[in-house]
Amino acid sequence: MTAKALRQPASLKIVSGTFLAVWCVIAAFPIFWITVMSFKSPVDAFDANPFNVIFGPATRAGGSGWSILEIVLALAVVWLTARITMRRVPALVAQYSPGGFVALGWVVASALIGVGFVLAFFGLLPLVSDFLNPLVGPLGRDIIGATTEHYETVWIDRGFSNNFKNSLIVTAGVVTISLSVGTLAGYGIARSGSTLAFWILIVALIFRALPHSVLVAGYLPVFINSAEWLSPILGENAPTLYGKPAAVIAVLVAINQPFTIWMLRSFFANIPADLDEAARVDGCSHFKAFRLVIMPVMWPGVITTGLFSFLLAYNDFLVTSLLLDASNQTMVPAIAGMFNRETTTTDQVVAVAAAVSITAPLFLLVMVFQRQIVSGLTAGAVKG
Amino acid sequence: MKPKVFAAFVGPSIFMMLLFIAFPLLSVFWNSFNVTQPIYETVEVESCTAGFLEQTCTTEMETRPVLNEDGEIMRQTEFVGLQTYRNVLEMDRFWEAVSSGSWTGLQNIDFWAALRFTVMFTLITLPLVVGFGIGIAMVINNASQFIRGPVIFISLLPFIITPVIGALSINWLFRGDGILTALLEWWLEQDLALFAQAWTIELLMMVYRVWHVAPFAAIIFYAGLQTVNQDSLESAVIDGASRWQRLRLIIIPHLAPLIIFVAMIHLMDAYRVFEEVVGFRAEGHVISLQWLTYDFLKPDQAGNRSISRASASAMLTMIGIAILLVPLLKRTWRDHKGTH
Repeated sequence: MTAKALRQPASLKIVSGTFLAVWCVIAAFPIFWITVMSFKSPVDAFDANPFNVIFGPATRAGGSGWSILEIVLALAVVWLTARITMRRVPALVAQYSPGGFVALGWVVASALIGVGFVLAFFGLLPLVSDFLNPLVGPLGRDIIGATTEHYETVWIDRGFSNNFKNSLIVTAGVVTISLSVGTLAGYGIARSGSTLAFWILIVALIFRALPHSVLVAGYLPVFINSAEWLSPILGENAPTLYGKPAAVIAVLVAINQPFTIWMLRSFFANIPADLDEAARVDGCSHFKAFRLVIMPVMWPGVITTGLFSFLLAYNDFLVTSLLLDASNQTMVPAIAGMFNRETTTTDQVVAVAAAVSITAPLFLLVMVFQRQIVSGLTAGAVKG
Repeated sequence: MKPKVFAAFVGPSIFMMLLFIAFPLLSVFWNSFNVTQPIYETVEVESCTAGFLEQTCTTEMETRPVLNEDGEIMRQTEFVGLQTYRNVLEMDRFWEAVSSGSWTGLQNIDFWAALRFTVMFTLITLPLVVGFGIGIAMVINNASQFIRGPVIFISLLPFIITPVIGALSINWLFRGDGILTALLEWWLEQDLALFAQAWTIELLMMVYRVWHVAPFAAIIFYAGLQTVNQDSLESAVIDGASRWQRLRLIIIPHLAPLIIFVAMIHLMDAYRVFEEVVGFRAEGHVISLQWLTYDFLKPDQAGNRSISRASASAMLTMIGIAILLVPLLKRTWRDHKGTH
């Protein structure tokens, strides 16, 4: 009876389905569209007619394009990558990473997948298709104009690989340090239950709300003059902190700390306290109990928190653009510099290609870690 | 847990937060009352150029920074009290504009323009984010089990994208004769220039923000929808409640704590609006409070950063944060009292 009573009329189903479809289009369209634009010549990329943007007649006339064969091959590469990532990699990571270093295994695995994909897509694919295209007749003729020259400009001529390396250093540093510091603090706070722990959480909440520009305003004068200020202690070797990735890592770790301890606290609160109580009864110290009993079961929470730390560090614009000098610039501020001098439409498409390059790793991240991201989002809200 | 052990666990984290959050706050507070600037001296300079028969010499008074023995510009820090705040707030211009009732006059003062936009942006996007969040959550919940995974995947994309890049990608769709501007022009049959005036840019920024945050709200509400008590829904059906009544009287009250949570997070984040100004290159038309601080911090043409002004504007920004935080802290305090 209930099923029938709760059943929805067809009209409601149609409205709901339509809304969902519209939302999916709205959600994906901007990202899809800049991806398409990044492969076109400037004339096509900014054409008012959407079909010209998709099929790229000017790009095709310029002599570069994809044939049906190439599209099929490219889709195959993408599909294979996705399939390998979904099916094989989790097992391989579990098998090869030494106990307790699963997260590290994932980092290595994702890096390998990324490099492998770039090699296959940009290195191997053109070679194969150049060889095959003349052999298959009409299937080998270009139908969609597309070019990867903007990516080459970004990564090779504009030195984006250097920015990528800097991003990698900063994000890796932030994730590792903020997790090691935050895990200890989150565990301590979850198990303590004292009033002091509560106040630490409250202060962390206030810190979480601070605009980052406020903090940077506090760092800048100190960082610029740090050599002068630190010289009484460190002598001649006193570093100027301004422009150093290490300083930015420390700053981002601190900014991230309030969020990290809140999140990890709620994960640890869900691990039964009896577990480490038992270990304590058996004669373990708190640290030993943490290492032997808690560490093996805490990884889901740590991985989820690590994802959000990664996002914070990777997406940051304000801190990195103000505290890093040009040679240590990460990707996001670098693209802002790129579009400021955007004078020709070619420059604009190059900036679009850079934007897509920044988004691609995030896309992979959601693909692999969707479940963890969703659980992380809901952990704070639903459980209290 | 003994205090000593507790200290060992939380020590590193507290140390980082004190050093990199509490200390900069004090430094900002201190800097907002002080101005550090190069010491200038006025000297008489005689400059001569070769002329016919004799040199032509002119004497000028020139202001230049004083150098120390190492040839570096000497700087001095001076306590100026509230002067920097006055410079940022520009109260005389503010009162002038208010007394003459001139809105444009008010909007020409950076700080007040930034405050106006920041508050408006926060308040307008809030109901939209909550509304779209609930809407999307309900249609996802309504969809069949098989497509939920992919739909959530697509929904996460706007949330996960780098804010500057997300703003830029929306920007590219509309800038010049971008694809969506062309669509709008075709639909409205008139020429549009969306980046020529402030209000269209503001509108686009809000559209971007809702696009960016609605997925976050949706996922949280979706999780909340899974725990709606099915029994009360069924009894409501038996009592003859319509679909709308069930939504209003059972589902929305069930989601209420989550709505408050999302609203709080969104208020905090929207008040810090910044990346949109960068991504839409809106600084000529619209700026936000956090962008104002950022702008003071960036070196100007002469390479000077107005640290003191930045500090003052940062302190003023924090007043707003304090107002936003009070209800949240009250709630947390009440919960804490409740559990002990």
